[in-house]
Amino acid sequence: MKNNHYDQKILFGFVCVTLALVWVSLFTGIKNIQFSELFTDPEKWMFFMISRFPRTLSLVLIGAGLSIAGFIMQQIAQNKFVSPTTAGSLDAAKMGILFSLILLPQATLIGKMISALLFTFLASLVFMLIIRKVKFRNSVFIPLAGIMFGNILGAIATFFAYKNNIVQNTQEWMLGDFSAVMQGQYETIYLILPIVILTYIYADRLTIVGMGDSFARNLGLSYGTVVNMGLFAVSLIVSASVVTVGAIPFVGLVIPNIVSMILGDNLRKTLPYSALVGAAFLLFCDILGRIMIFPYEIPIGMMVGVIGGITFLILIIKKSR
Amino acid sequence: MKNRKTAFVIIGIFLLASTLFMFYNTGANLDYVLSRRGIRLATMIVVGVSVAFSSIIFQTITNNRILTPSIMGYEAVFILFQTIIVFLYGDRSFQVISQQSNFFIALVLMLLFSVVMYLVIFRKEKRNIFHLLLMGMVLGTLFLTMSQFMQVVIDPNEFSIVQNFMFVSFTKMNTGLLAVASVTLIGSIMYVHRYLKYLDVIALGREHAINLGLDYNKLIRKFLLVISLLVSVSTALVGPITFLGILVTNLTYELFATSKHKNLVWLCSVIACVCLVAGQFFIEHILNFSTTVSIVINFIGGVVFMYTILKTQKN
Repeated sequence: MKNNHYDQKILFGFVCVTLALVWVSLFTGIKNIQFSELFTDPEKWMFFMISRFPRTLSLVLIGAGLSIAGFIMQQIAQNKFVSPTTAGSLDAAKMGILFSLILLPQATLIGKMISALLFTFLASLVFMLIIRKVKFRNSVFIPLAGIMFGNILGAIATFFAYKNNIVQNTQEWMLGDFSAVMQGQYETIYLILPIVILTYIYADRLTIVGMGDSFARNLGLSYGTVVNMGLFAVSLIVSASVVTVGAIPFVGLVIPNIVSMILGDNLRKTLPYSALVGAAFLLFCDILGRIMIFPYEIPIGMMVGVIGGITFLILIIKKSR
Repeated sequence: MKNRKTAFVIIGIFLLASTLFMFYNTGANLDYVLSRRGIRLATMIVVGVSVAFSSIIFQTITNNRILTPSIMGYEAVFILFQTIIVFLYGDRSFQVISQQSNFFIALVLMLLFSVVMYLVIFRKEKRNIFHLLLMGMVLGTLFLTMSQFMQVVIDPNEFSIVQNFMFVSFTKMNTGLLAVASVTLIGSIMYVHRYLKYLDVIALGREHAINLGLDYNKLIRKFLLVISLLVSVSTALVGPITFLGILVTNLTYELFATSKHKNLVWLCSVIACVCLVAGQFFIEHILNFSTTVSIVINFIGGVVFMYTILKTQKN
């Protein structure tokens, strides 16, 4: 009973921090907008709705989504170091967008999204196959193979990008950047919302699947179906975020690990925290990137790359001791 | 006997590839084309030799065939140093410090970095090789991102131009540094050549080497210094080529059944040059692709690397 009360306090604290960051994100930028002016100045209201609001919303959704995607992958693979960054998913999504640009130059946002989804899903199936081949369960070995897998996909993509003279374009997706998020160009990220809710509802099944094929079957659960559904959810989140803002590394890797270090491994209990912390982390990085070299911006892919990379390194060193 | 035959064949291929690279389809303006191609050929040879030397030495002293300096993040460190130097100069332009002086300052910092590597890899407690590998790869990406980060902070407007300056490639080689880099390469090879024979003993392992009377720690420090110099040479000229090292060393071990490192380093150098020159020629003139050889090398090298680690984990 007491424990439960304590949990609620923590959750309340996380919600407050996230809301505060949302507020700061809404009112930070080159154009100075005050809350009181929103309802009196129509021009500022328009600016707010076209740029600030979509940007903040997509930060929250992508932060929460990527963090949950990492969580799902770690459950399925039963390895703390697996995530979209360390399983080649980001590279596969980039490759999908690239091929949609080559084959259908007029592809819309949805077209690119479907192509990215297809490649990401296929890549995650291949990655699961590699994991299953690896009998020797060294926890560091699997992310290593995943990074290499991503590198190979990246090399293939760069090769075709060179052939078709669109290297510049691929460079843009390499680096996540929220500055171009605007009304009419970001709506694909709404797809993340139902996935987040579904994951919460089916959290228990993911926990069971994490215990292995035979265990899941014993409990009357179809292992293959749940795994495939999970991978599909991950692919959807990753491809939606790469199509709208570009690749953001490390979020799915670092956030679930930190949350489980603080709160333990109960999936249903920690899932909302992962989502909240993920959103707060992206908001924080984006705000920092916006004010550090004002009026210019540091792309969020870089901010997250530096902060997340250092955190990942600390996690590996801790694990190796 | 078989080794000697293979060696001659590979040297033959190298000479043929170089000749083709120089004289194939020259067109009318012979002087211009030949001098440009000559510079590119020289750059590729310098890069090939320095990558081969540094990779073979590094693999021998760390006693495995997976780690190479570039996979452990050496190249990224060099680029980070170059960026920091420009950053510290404060003046928001890249003209204030010449490429040559930037190269030399970064070189000195790399020598200091080799001391750090010595402490990390050769501490008494033995680390799991996969841990080292993952740490190296993450550090590599981290350093590259940090370099990009500082470049944006230095000049957000000209970020893309700056990036071009920093990340040279085989299509856009940094020929201004060729002379300085060649001198550095020749100097390091002359220095390290008399120590190469000790690698045969070091390959037996630390305990054996010490038992056989080598001053193990001192030698390792010397080799690490030379590796830092060699990585600086290749990175300054063409930027990072992550998987060239692992590709050429494994090819060398596969083709030549010798453990004499004095021969191995040179054989590996020739193989690296063949990969670069023949690869570039083939891609440019036969396939007519506008791609660069480093992409193809990264692809093939990546596959070889994956195969090698899958094989090691099976044993």
